[in-house]
Amino acid sequence: MRREQNAKTRSDKLCSMNEAISESVSSGNSILIDGFTHLICFAAGHEIIRQGIKDLTAIRLTPDLVYDQLIEADCVKKMIFSWAGNPGVGSLHALRRRSEKASVSRIELEEYSHFGMVARLLAGSSGLPFWPLKNYRGTNIADANPLIKKIECPYTGEEIATVPAIHPDVAVLHCQRADRLGNAQVWGLMGTQKETAFASKRVIVVAEEIVDTSVLRADPNRTLIPSIVVDHVVHEPWGAHPSYVQGFYDRDNDFYVAWEDISKNPETYQAYLSEFVHGVADRKAYIQKMGAPTFTRLTAKARMSAGVNYGY
Amino acid sequence: MAIDQASEKPEEKSSGMSNETHTPSEMMVVRAAEELHDHDVVFVGIGLPNLACNLARASHAPDLFMIYESGAVGAIPERLPVSIGDPALVTDSLSIASQADIFQNYLQNGLIEVGFLGGAQIDRYGNINTTVIGDYENPKVRLPGSGGACEIAVHAKRVLIVMRMSPKTFVEKCDFVTSPGSRFESKRPSLDLGKNREELGLPGGGPTTVITDVGVCEFLNTPGSLGKEMVLTEIFDGVEVSDVLAKCGWELQIAPNLKKIPAPKAETLSLIRDRLDPQKLFL
Repeated sequence: MRREQNAKTRSDKLCSMNEAISESVSSGNSILIDGFTHLICFAAGHEIIRQGIKDLTAIRLTPDLVYDQLIEADCVKKMIFSWAGNPGVGSLHALRRRSEKASVSRIELEEYSHFGMVARLLAGSSGLPFWPLKNYRGTNIADANPLIKKIECPYTGEEIATVPAIHPDVAVLHCQRADRLGNAQVWGLMGTQKETAFASKRVIVVAEEIVDTSVLRADPNRTLIPSIVVDHVVHEPWGAHPSYVQGFYDRDNDFYVAWEDISKNPETYQAYLSEFVHGVADRKAYIQKMGAPTFTRLTAKARMSAGVNYGY
Repeated sequence: MAIDQASEKPEEKSSGMSNETHTPSEMMVVRAAEELHDHDVVFVGIGLPNLACNLARASHAPDLFMIYESGAVGAIPERLPVSIGDPALVTDSLSIASQADIFQNYLQNGLIEVGFLGGAQIDRYGNINTTVIGDYENPKVRLPGSGGACEIAVHAKRVLIVMRMSPKTFVEKCDFVTSPGSRFESKRPSLDLGKNREELGLPGGGPTTVITDVGVCEFLNTPGSLGKEMVLTEIFDGVEVSDVLAKCGWELQIAPNLKKIPAPKAETLSLIRDRLDPQKLFL
């Protein structure tokens, strides 16, 4: 069993981000705050920093700004990943300061390609010990990572790469809407949210909107994560800023561009964390601090879909 | 996201070009777009390839089938996506796939006809490094890593490479190979060194073309070469062969029938500047 506690027995899982993080995440845990550009829960990352949680193994295909902030705040001892950068802009500077020749301190890196990371989650979410993929020959990726192994296909004799199942201690999954039980609906880019939900030992669902279960039942094809794998539900509007939520708000590209300069210099980086992470009590205070114009600028235009007939 | 390196804002110093009416990046975009045919199923990356795909769709390839690594399938973005997971990719797409589906059903299953790559280092066989400069365990520069580049290089039927040429990027051997080319060579020891794609059982066709800021290379079997190797087949308007040779870290082969590529047409340039990238995000 991958699950540590029975998420089925609790009827109302709604709590604050502070409660969800303090009940779910301990120093030394492995954590996956998912999102592929879309639905990245910065609110959860900031709360982890505020709570001073240390020695995390940070897992994600695309560790971006919020993982870099966790690294700069000294919360991370190891990262498991496949692409580490500021998408479309540049580098993750806290990571680079801890992974290059000139670095004073290092974090441990375990590296795959995107497909390799997806495959680890597929195994983890399917109750299998490993996952096969046709990849990695003619590269140095497997040379640099002893966990990438190979098997001979029992049917064709072909050599196939394998990666082991992964079971993060904690997953944080941001979504458009959820009920108080943790049934979560997601639309737009889905990243590896489903696989992460089923692979992880504890799951925190963070929603822009909390809705009645009847709203979800009216459109069940859109429910990506079922309540039986969810332990905590947090209502956190704008919780993904500067990432985005389809239908709610756009990506704050200006922030990502400005981040390059903020993060290059350790002093301006620490000043940012002091002001916008440690300097605010929670997400509400962060939103207040960012100011209304940012959120007016980013609010999504309406683009409704027609809906479908579920009758029989 | 591996091709994000290609999106770094270039220093547009005309790089030997006498024609000041267009930049080397614009030339790269125009030439890359020409590699795309209508109805091609293309795995789009961000940066110049993204602009090239959208240029092709707006001109000679209206039914180009664009798939983005982030999950947008049959995308027709209204604005130029600023990241590979831009919300504008989702709006009006034909389908949204999970990443498991993208890598398994689309890429590994052999549906991708054209993939784009770029990187920090490339060798004559099209092996690409997007992982580290220097020693892996103790790197001089830590680069982003593979992203989807490795599997694109393994599975796409043909791979187009978009990279500016310099002795630092076009190297004799890569420090680390992230994405396989036509024959595996690397500074880092590996069991498979010296093997070609067929021996390695790589299903995709491998790299076919490199579009640089000074000209175009194709991967060809030439007398004496150990695998399909880069050969300069086209040179851009205003560039001399000696300029190109000085930018390449090995003795680059030159095709006997080297073509000179004229400057882009004014209407193509205005399509890029006025409609596709008016904010000059990439150019």
